[in-house]
Amino acid sequence: MSSPHPSGTMKRMNIRISGLGGQGAVTAAHLLAMAANAMGKFSISNPFFGAEKRMAPAESYVRVGPDKIYDRGELVFPEVILIFHPQVITMQKSYTAPFYSGIKKGGLVIINTDVDLLSEEDHQRLEEDEVSVYNIDATTLALEIGGTELSTNMAMIGACAGITKVVDMEALDKALKERFGKKYVASGGTATLDEAIKKKYAKKEQLLQKNLDTMQRAYDISSEWAESATYAAATY
Amino acid sequence: MNKKVDGQNSRILLSEKVKVGSKGPVNLTVADPNEMFFEAKRKPAFLTGSEVIKEAIRRANLDMSVAYPITPQSEAAALIGELFSEGYLKEYFRGESEFAVMGQCAGAAFGGARVFTTTAGPGTLRAMENFPMWAGSRLPIQVCVTCRGINSPLSIQPDTLELYYMLETGALVWHAETAQDLYDWILGGFMVAEQPDVHLPLALACDGFFVTHTKDNVMIQEDEICLPEYDPYRSPVPCMDMEVPPIRMMRDPFVMKSNYISYMTHASWQQEVRAAIDRSRKHTKVIMGGSLIETENLDREILLVSSGTAVSQGREAIRLLEEEGIKVGLVKIKSLRPFPFEELREATANAKTIFVPEFNVAGWLAREIKACIPDNQRVIAGPHVAGGMTMPSEVIVMEIKKGLGMKVEALSGRG
Repeated sequence: MSSPHPSGTMKRMNIRISGLGGQGAVTAAHLLAMAANAMGKFSISNPFFGAEKRMAPAESYVRVGPDKIYDRGELVFPEVILIFHPQVITMQKSYTAPFYSGIKKGGLVIINTDVDLLSEEDHQRLEEDEVSVYNIDATTLALEIGGTELSTNMAMIGACAGITKVVDMEALDKALKERFGKKYVASGGTATLDEAIKKKYAKKEQLLQKNLDTMQRAYDISSEWAESATYAAATY
Repeated sequence: MNKKVDGQNSRILLSEKVKVGSKGPVNLTVADPNEMFFEAKRKPAFLTGSEVIKEAIRRANLDMSVAYPITPQSEAAALIGELFSEGYLKEYFRGESEFAVMGQCAGAAFGGARVFTTTAGPGTLRAMENFPMWAGSRLPIQVCVTCRGINSPLSIQPDTLELYYMLETGALVWHAETAQDLYDWILGGFMVAEQPDVHLPLALACDGFFVTHTKDNVMIQEDEICLPEYDPYRSPVPCMDMEVPPIRMMRDPFVMKSNYISYMTHASWQQEVRAAIDRSRKHTKVIMGGSLIETENLDREILLVSSGTAVSQGREAIRLLEEEGIKVGLVKIKSLRPFPFEELREATANAKTIFVPEFNVAGWLAREIKACIPDNQRVIAGPHVAGGMTMPSEVIVMEIKKGLGMKVEALSGRG
């Protein structure tokens, strides 16, 4: 299959993330954009959701490119789609029907699942558009490495980066620390208070490391898949 | 029709009481806004639009803000609450309703405070009566309107219809395209609105979600500097209380009596408010880079003219069209009140077809443009989206091709 972009050039990459409220789809988009920004690329991210509630459809979008990005809002024609929850597909919890509506030729779909969720027709239509599909059991990875299914978004980010190489792990690590790792400022605290803060911070450090490990593992296994797959990432 | 005002080489005029270098809130030092806006060193920050509002307000030497938490909204009001807890403003509280908030802002401004608040969509409409009251009372309050839909059917997504309602309130109305516009114009907005020959409220609009919830790169001042404080003695009207007009007139309004002088008073004051909007042009240009509009490639026969996020989508569409060899120019309208009549006539002089993409069902900007330029059959009102729908640049491309009589493929998504 030919690459959607001439090799070596960096083109705009549009990523659409479809998940359910509470899964961290918005945070995932922000992290990817922050990582791209840290690498000196242009990036923006934004969410799209209704009145907030858990398990309701929630989408977010990341745009990364070599020039200033003005494009805003819902991403109708993405190159990459990340599906954070099987219900996006099985229960049609998405803003577009089918969930891959608008995907560009030669695109990529990454789905958090351990079984094939696509119908015969889905497979056929995606094949016609030369779209690659990668299933990854992100929730199990999150439970095993992160210790909580809340790390599912980390695994999905890792898989996205592993295949597309839109950002590297170093930048993701930086973004993760910037977003969650801000140190507590102890203002005129007593020794006890300092101690309490230290403990709390140590816990946070551990949590950050677990999230990073989840991301790294997903990055590694999806990188491996990408080598044998037909998906051709543009050079980013 | 306005005369063209030269905004080049002008400076922001300051109160004589301003002491540059004096201590501002927390650790900030008062700067000359001319230096702060145009010369001070800046650093990049990767922030959401709501966080951008917070960073601007941190440096705005603000006295007071009143918040009303509603859906739809932005996080801005809550973030300003954080600034209050850190000591950056003197007073902050939660109002009972959107209407109450705007009344409370008026009270604070009557008392000589620099005031900022935010609203959106239904909240803007609920508070509406207060905006002409602010303007008529010459209160330089700034309200950030983070545009959302107007019901019904219910929509909490971005839609600029509420700006149409704002246009004749007597307030200055600016429409930010990007987070950078928003940041610079919040700070610059206080300086324009507080000029003695202006002294009007400013409705600084940006598109909800597209700007408020989007993380983008913004250049902010590196040093710990802030605006000079508001000098209420620069107000062009006497201190208003129950014994002094026009408040006196609200208590015992002669306007209630049907006589010529009451009609005359109302009409002349409304005209004065509009004249004050006009007088703001020369101050506004200074902080908007010399003009109320921004232009690209005006020699082209096809032009995209718009404001807010629609300009951004237009820029992307122009990039896509360029790849196909179709050349399109651009006009970004930054200020809706005052409206850039003369600038627009000049910018559109060579255009054969003018497209006006908008995020609302009414197409009010197209109407404003049609009312201002000759041969207005050149104006094509659209494409439009409403109720919060996204306007992909691909859709603008398709509409332009259709408008030019070219064949287009249906854009319905694959699958």
